[in-house]
Amino acid sequence: MMTHDQIYDVIVVGAGHAGCEAALASSRMGCRTMLLTINLDAIALMSCNPSIGGLAKGHLVKEIDALGGEMAKNIDATGIQFRILNTKKGPAVRASRAQADKQLYRLRMKRVLEQQTNLDLKQGEVTSLYFEGNELHGVELQSGIRYHSKTVVVTTGTFMRGLIHIGLNNYPGGRAGDQPSIGLSDQLRVLGFAVGRLKTGTPARLDSRSIDFTKLEAQYGDEPPLPFSFSTDRITMPQIPCHIAYTNPRSHDIIRSGLDRSPLYSGIIEGVGPRYCPSIEDKVVRFPEKDRHQTFIEPEGLDTIEVYPSGMSTSLPIDIQVAFYRSIVGLEGVEIMRPAYAIEYDYVDPIQLHNSLETKMINNLYHAGQINGTSGYEEAAGQGLIAGINAALRVKGQDPLVLERSQAYIGVMIDDLVTLGTKEPYRMFTSRAEYRLLLREDNADLRLRDIGHRLGLVTEKEFDLFAEKRRMIKEELARIGVTRLVHSSDQLEVLSRHGLEDIQKGATLEQLLKRSDVSYSALAELDDVSRETPAVIRDQVEIQTKYKGYIDRQLEQIEQSKKMETTRIPVELDYISVKSLTTEVREKLSKNRPDTLGQASRIPGVTPAAISILSIALKSSSWKENAK
Amino acid sequence: MYIRDTIAAVSTPPGNGGIGIIRVSGDLAAVVGNTVFKPVYDGGLVSHRFSFGTICDDANGETVDEAMAVYMRAPRSYTREDVLELHCHGGWLVVERVLALVLSCGVRLADPGEFTRRAFLNGRIDLIQAEAVMDIIASKSESALQLAQKQREGALSRRIEDVRGCLLRALALVEAYIDFPDDDLGETDVAAISSSVEDAQCIITGLLTTFEEGRITRDGVSVLIVGKPNVGKSSLLNRLLKENRAIVTHIPGTTRDIIEETVNFEGLSVRLLDTAGIRSTDDLVELEGISRALEKIPLADLVLAVFDSSCEFSPEDQLIFDALADSRTIAVLNKADLPMRLVLPDENRFVTMVRIAALSGDGIDLLRHTVCSHFLHSTASDSREFVALSKARHRDALISAEQFLQQFTCGLRDRNLELLALDLRDALQAVGTVTGQTATDEVLDLIFSSFCIGK
Repeated sequence: MMTHDQIYDVIVVGAGHAGCEAALASSRMGCRTMLLTINLDAIALMSCNPSIGGLAKGHLVKEIDALGGEMAKNIDATGIQFRILNTKKGPAVRASRAQADKQLYRLRMKRVLEQQTNLDLKQGEVTSLYFEGNELHGVELQSGIRYHSKTVVVTTGTFMRGLIHIGLNNYPGGRAGDQPSIGLSDQLRVLGFAVGRLKTGTPARLDSRSIDFTKLEAQYGDEPPLPFSFSTDRITMPQIPCHIAYTNPRSHDIIRSGLDRSPLYSGIIEGVGPRYCPSIEDKVVRFPEKDRHQTFIEPEGLDTIEVYPSGMSTSLPIDIQVAFYRSIVGLEGVEIMRPAYAIEYDYVDPIQLHNSLETKMINNLYHAGQINGTSGYEEAAGQGLIAGINAALRVKGQDPLVLERSQAYIGVMIDDLVTLGTKEPYRMFTSRAEYRLLLREDNADLRLRDIGHRLGLVTEKEFDLFAEKRRMIKEELARIGVTRLVHSSDQLEVLSRHGLEDIQKGATLEQLLKRSDVSYSALAELDDVSRETPAVIRDQVEIQTKYKGYIDRQLEQIEQSKKMETTRIPVELDYISVKSLTTEVREKLSKNRPDTLGQASRIPGVTPAAISILSIALKSSSWKENAK
Repeated sequence: MYIRDTIAAVSTPPGNGGIGIIRVSGDLAAVVGNTVFKPVYDGGLVSHRFSFGTICDDANGETVDEAMAVYMRAPRSYTREDVLELHCHGGWLVVERVLALVLSCGVRLADPGEFTRRAFLNGRIDLIQAEAVMDIIASKSESALQLAQKQREGALSRRIEDVRGCLLRALALVEAYIDFPDDDLGETDVAAISSSVEDAQCIITGLLTTFEEGRITRDGVSVLIVGKPNVGKSSLLNRLLKENRAIVTHIPGTTRDIIEETVNFEGLSVRLLDTAGIRSTDDLVELEGISRALEKIPLADLVLAVFDSSCEFSPEDQLIFDALADSRTIAVLNKADLPMRLVLPDENRFVTMVRIAALSGDGIDLLRHTVCSHFLHSTASDSREFVALSKARHRDALISAEQFLQQFTCGLRDRNLELLALDLRDALQAVGTVTGQTATDEVLDLIFSSFCIGK
């Protein structure tokens, strides 16, 4: 085995959406970092849908950006359709989504990595972690080279023991066209990690020249397209539409006719698939009463004829695939360019992680992305960022960054993963966030910019811009709190035009804005200063004022749970010594080893009674003696 | 603090009885059994089998008593811990000696209610059921016992589960519309959401209306007897008690303090309070008695205002009338055997009027029945299906849930879904505190099982 002379601070295994954020974060924090990938031409490749964002996922991207990550900037530079979802609903559940030019997306990310100081980019397959004694000291590659490092971040995606299924045929692969990673997960198993199997799938890529778009409904993006990143001024890429198509009863009959050759229903696939992203055969079987399913035909780029039919993933044999896609109106003559397939891969149950994403079993080893049982580029990137940050903080001898559930979707996600583990691919939903009204896209910078800046991931220029925005919001909030209506003839005219004659003289602008029938733009007509307030400031002032009651209610809930969330459970606590816990609860706690009482309370099967017992046990010192 | 040591206590009431039971719970239960109990047949204690033998004090080789013993290995026991029961003769001295022997094996004397607390902490019963067990033990009447038994069996828990089910369904709908805007779910189905919430509200309202009756059934009611002196209040008390509890004389003002007795009327536990006659007087002791009687009036669940129907309405009757302004009162017209000369100025003030003759006992049964039916008006309480809230804790939780649901309903047409979701979540949280449950992943499970979602 040849040994490379350099000792890295951080080695990141895998250059997908998690690995890129991890490597950029640690190198930007000043750590010597190496990013290893099986294929340098597949960096930040969108292996499935060519899009970023969506409900809760858009929230994640904004948070990544606020912390100084790259994903938002990358999609802003390469996005070809931007939409805000849920515009008819409240600000907390509005979310950004964009179609990407898939090739441009990966090329830009590669360029950013290449230009990053402190970062080496290498191609190679990691077959094992390298230990000296019991200490993790780097990685070994199939090519016979050993790299030394202080920390390792593993982001293997679907590559560990990846197995691709098309019908009853299957073959090893990390993604269509790429080799799987063999050896690493076996080593993790030997080291004592619980390693499981998950499944996911992707639809066929279709030749757009064989689709009759006149039969489909076009869906355009927003005009003007709004960027993801707080640092992007505007979107400059050309914008193009998606198209909506539907399956029909005949499509479903075709699907049913192929079920006997489905690896899913014949029991060949053992991995668990995502319920929220079912294959088309899954939808047809589970919801037989639905006579049509919707699909968005999404472009894969400006410069390609390949398109992606969303929601139409399948692992049925190729002949069924052809017949099925051709049964859809508008797709009668469609040609498949790449077949749909399912892929099974190894993941490591995330309850074996601290909420810093470091493994509980091996110090200085971090896991991020699909290896933790998640799905989605945004989920992966969020974890990658945190893992990279925490590997760097470890090298610097500093405390890890842990985001609270009340602070960020990233915090909710990691807490869910390390507390509950996962049995199916985990996807973010806004309903997973109990403090949803506080965790909005629009205030991601207000929540997290300070942290990103302190870590050195947000540039001074970016931070100054933010600080100015924050100052203006504060000033405007203060100003509308003390500015009162004088009922000048102009103001009276505006009030009556808006049907607001009942507003008393002397009411503050804040009181006015609290009303559901008064918008900031109405305010602007009443008052000179308001007219000059920039749009981002207006939005913040309006949201924070209008939803103050609800926001306060959530803040109160956070306060109530704070005691539980901040009560730490010592790592060395022997649950067997807490006699009054039931065997079931003891087993669960011993397996999960929660870091805080709050985490313990979220483990299914851990009853409120068990929590009170645990909290009493923590207060008394007796458990220490009992533990011996 | 609750350490899982082994506890023991006498589980039968204090005093002499036919049988006395010492219950032991904890890891040491089997050790205790094998130490103090010597079965007649070899083979030791078999779980869940009664065996006959003797209880011996090894220290002096003395036989303390002959006894039956049953050992129940965890988790199939009342506390879900290892449990041992020793059934010996019921003399208090024997029971005490057996207990002392058990305690000498390194076992602690149990705190009141500790066995049930352990059953709850070990997850065998939920909060409602744990509370119900306490109620069963403390039941003062047949109907109170029935109510407690139903709660222990989980009847109320099931009803609360129904409420949670409705709320979870509504929340799942709301969350689906929030999280899957691009999926083909169609327009927000407000009707389906609100109908689930209405179902929940309906059950909650129903349960809340049972609270008063539930409380009365559980705790019984207090019935205060007032009237001017010498109208026969004490005779009435004695009649209702079927014994001579109060001293009855023809001298007005005989009863000076309040006499309190508990009786059972048709299954309802009634605390009867007989008071000093109300009149103008200079007697300091009697005055004190009168003021005590007046103080009690607003605290009573029901007042029996006794009048002498053979006399005309007097200024002293007026005094009573004034004191009763806000009370629920039955007018008891005593001395029905004499000619009727009383004319009450405002009959509508009373719930009803009953004529009795306390001396002969005429009309007493009717009065008993009138009191009962005043409280237990619902025929539902007789049926096996009757589920009632009987605890303030349950009521408060449901009231707070109801308030959140009212906010929800008010905002249904004009407020954003995510704000409605907050109301639903808070309501669910409140309902969950009744049974000690909280919602976790249930909402997502429901979404995926009811909608075809996924792009």
